[in-house]
Amino acid sequence: MTHRLGRRKFLLYGTAALGSSILLKACTEGNVAETDAATPGAGGGVDTIKVGILHSLSGTMAISEQSVVDAEQLAIEEINNAGGVLGKKIQAVVEDGASDWPTFAEKARKLIDRDKVATVFGCWTSASRKAVLPVFESSGHMLWYPVQYEGQECSKNVFYTGAAPNQQIEPAVDWLLENKGQQFFLVGSDYVFPRTANTIIKAQLEAKGGQTVGEDYIPLGGTEVTAIITKIQAALPDGGVIFNTLNGDSNVAFFKQMQGAGLTPDKYPTMSVSIAEEEVRAIGTEYLKGHYAAWNYFQSVNTPENQKFVQAFKSKYGQNRVTNDPMEAAYIMVYLWKQAVEKAGTADDIEAVRKAAVGQTLQAPGGLVTLQNNHHLSKTVRIGEIGDDGMFKIVSETPAPVDPIPWNQYVADTKGYSCNWEDPTKGGKYMM
Amino acid sequence: MELFLQSLFNGLSIGSVLLIAALGLAIVFGIMGVINLAHGELMMLGAYTTFVVQNVFRGFGEPWFGFYIIAALPLAFLVAALAGVLLERGVIRYLYGRPLETLLATWGVSLILQQLVRSISWLMCLQIGVFCLLFFGGLWGVKRRPDFERIRNGAIAILLPLSAGITLALGAILGKSAGLALTQPWFGAQGVDVTAPGWLRGGIPIGTFQLPYVRLFIIALTVVCVVGIYLFLLRSPWGLRIRAVTQNRSMSACLGIPTQKVDALTFAIGSGLAGIAGCAISLLGSVGPNTGQNYIVDAFMVVVVGGVGKIIGTVVAALAIGLVNYIIGSGIFISMVSPDSALFNFLTFFATTSMARVMVFVLIILFLQLRPAGLFPQKGRTVDA
Repeated sequence: MTHRLGRRKFLLYGTAALGSSILLKACTEGNVAETDAATPGAGGGVDTIKVGILHSLSGTMAISEQSVVDAEQLAIEEINNAGGVLGKKIQAVVEDGASDWPTFAEKARKLIDRDKVATVFGCWTSASRKAVLPVFESSGHMLWYPVQYEGQECSKNVFYTGAAPNQQIEPAVDWLLENKGQQFFLVGSDYVFPRTANTIIKAQLEAKGGQTVGEDYIPLGGTEVTAIITKIQAALPDGGVIFNTLNGDSNVAFFKQMQGAGLTPDKYPTMSVSIAEEEVRAIGTEYLKGHYAAWNYFQSVNTPENQKFVQAFKSKYGQNRVTNDPMEAAYIMVYLWKQAVEKAGTADDIEAVRKAAVGQTLQAPGGLVTLQNNHHLSKTVRIGEIGDDGMFKIVSETPAPVDPIPWNQYVADTKGYSCNWEDPTKGGKYMM
Repeated sequence: MELFLQSLFNGLSIGSVLLIAALGLAIVFGIMGVINLAHGELMMLGAYTTFVVQNVFRGFGEPWFGFYIIAALPLAFLVAALAGVLLERGVIRYLYGRPLETLLATWGVSLILQQLVRSISWLMCLQIGVFCLLFFGGLWGVKRRPDFERIRNGAIAILLPLSAGITLALGAILGKSAGLALTQPWFGAQGVDVTAPGWLRGGIPIGTFQLPYVRLFIIALTVVCVVGIYLFLLRSPWGLRIRAVTQNRSMSACLGIPTQKVDALTFAIGSGLAGIAGCAISLLGSVGPNTGQNYIVDAFMVVVVGGVGKIIGTVVAALAIGLVNYIIGSGIFISMVSPDSALFNFLTFFATTSMARVMVFVLIILFLQLRPAGLFPQKGRTVDA
């Protein structure tokens, strides 16, 4: 059965493989050139501005990050169709972080050093952000980060366009205390975001008279939650609030099995901070109806900017697609970057763009946003209840945008600290 | 008493998920000595089949929709079995007796399958079809020439880039002119939603806790699978042939047993069981390209602890691991310690679901120190892998 590969054969196969790979490469490169030519106004010789897009297109986080890439691509396409930035087209270099944190750092390094991008839009999990942080800080480059996160960080090299804890987690806890009960069970994935978020929630509950009756963590991607359900029933026999910071696929297992075990939303209302319209669609509305989520943006937000955004997204990617908070944050951050570049008059001088970015405002789909001097956005906070159609019914909404506070004021270690990148004497962490 | 019953049931339900995931692997690994790292992806295929069947039944309306799972089970078995046979005929049969190579090859196949479900679209189907038609059709044409052996390599060297080029060009042209309907992936990287039919939602309340119907269904399904496999291997003529080939391949071949057919059949059954497992887990968790990866490690853990080549070992190991997992993860033993002691804090630290996994692995390592061959080691001469 076994036959050795002769030298002649090897040569032949080698030639064939080489030939086809060259052909393949030629074809794909041809594709890129063609799309450039297809966009109106891009004649030969007009140069482009390269930007990096760095997300997980594979692995456990692909479920969430792919749609963020779609939103970023939509913004880039819209800007290009409207004439580009400073008269130049934006060209996106997309890299796959593969839900693997060292890969993220490696790809960030590649985008900066080899592709010489003007800026990078990317990351979802805090673990991936923490992994790329040293790369951006050592090279003085910029990352635009579109996802709500746990705070306790304020880097000069990151613009955080998702919510800080005081724009999502803290208002959610307040709302639950006021409307749903005093006893909280905390469930999360076992990595940096849920652990830090739960530290904040516990400190906040202590300060406000609530009670943490238990907490548990599932490995990222884990699907066995029987033990957690037992714990919830033991700690809250008569019902209570569940605060859910699970990320990715584990959410599906959690909600499916919770319903099977008879934990219904009327007795055990669950507040999630990582479940948005995309996830509702993937998990199934039947399992999620009546549970809650806290975000700055829902697809159901009723503003003209949002209707335009939703419509543009659906006509590009299909009518069955939905938009969500990180997608909105990703979409607007491309526009904020464009505004900053236009104010600075250049895309290459990263320091100048950084300075110009602070203070930029935008009438976003989710309401007015302003990029503050701590590199975070002030945003409206909303709480939604999941309805039959998989959309969120907004049950609470702040009247004005909430200013971001990156260093948490409930946790003893960071109480009293603030961040200001406008003032060189203050920087990323100073005592107020 | 209730606590005991609850632990027993929950441990059993975790164990049955482990068991149904491990059963097909145990057959392929235990009987044929093949380390099949693509087992998880065969489960994934079963889960996606369930998703497709569900969508088809949704069109039939309510009374029929409830029964989609009954139709999905045999279909998931068939789809995964077919994929398994393709895998065996296409890759593994060249690698029998070389465990490391099969390990690498099947891992490669698992990556290919994952990427396939992410990006498969009508356009991609068409491209694969056109490529196969051109390449294999061309090869078939060349084969009819009398001097085939002489020009074989040359023909491949010309045909391969030629058909690849035509396929790619076709894809580029169609991709640009055709709309989303053709280029949009069927499933995408996003997980898809499998909803349990109405009669599988909810559960039987017992005291303060509730036995979920889905778990009961999976336990029943697992029992049926184990009994079915047992009867097949020990009571049917093909089972006898499989066992004969396992014991002594060349002697079996001399006695007229079609060993290649036996290999393919064994692989088909092992893979088909993976498909059923995929159908079952789609009721519990998410269905996505990496669904299988969450289970492959657990499945191997069960097979190794149980002892290779013994179905009974797999059964006992799965149930034991499920029970230990539950007891550590749920922290029920903490209630026996007074809440103020240092021991309480220590135990609380270990009583999380992610710590339970770590602890289970620690226990398994210790156990394998004592019994390296697992719970029920193979007796007599080691089977020639």
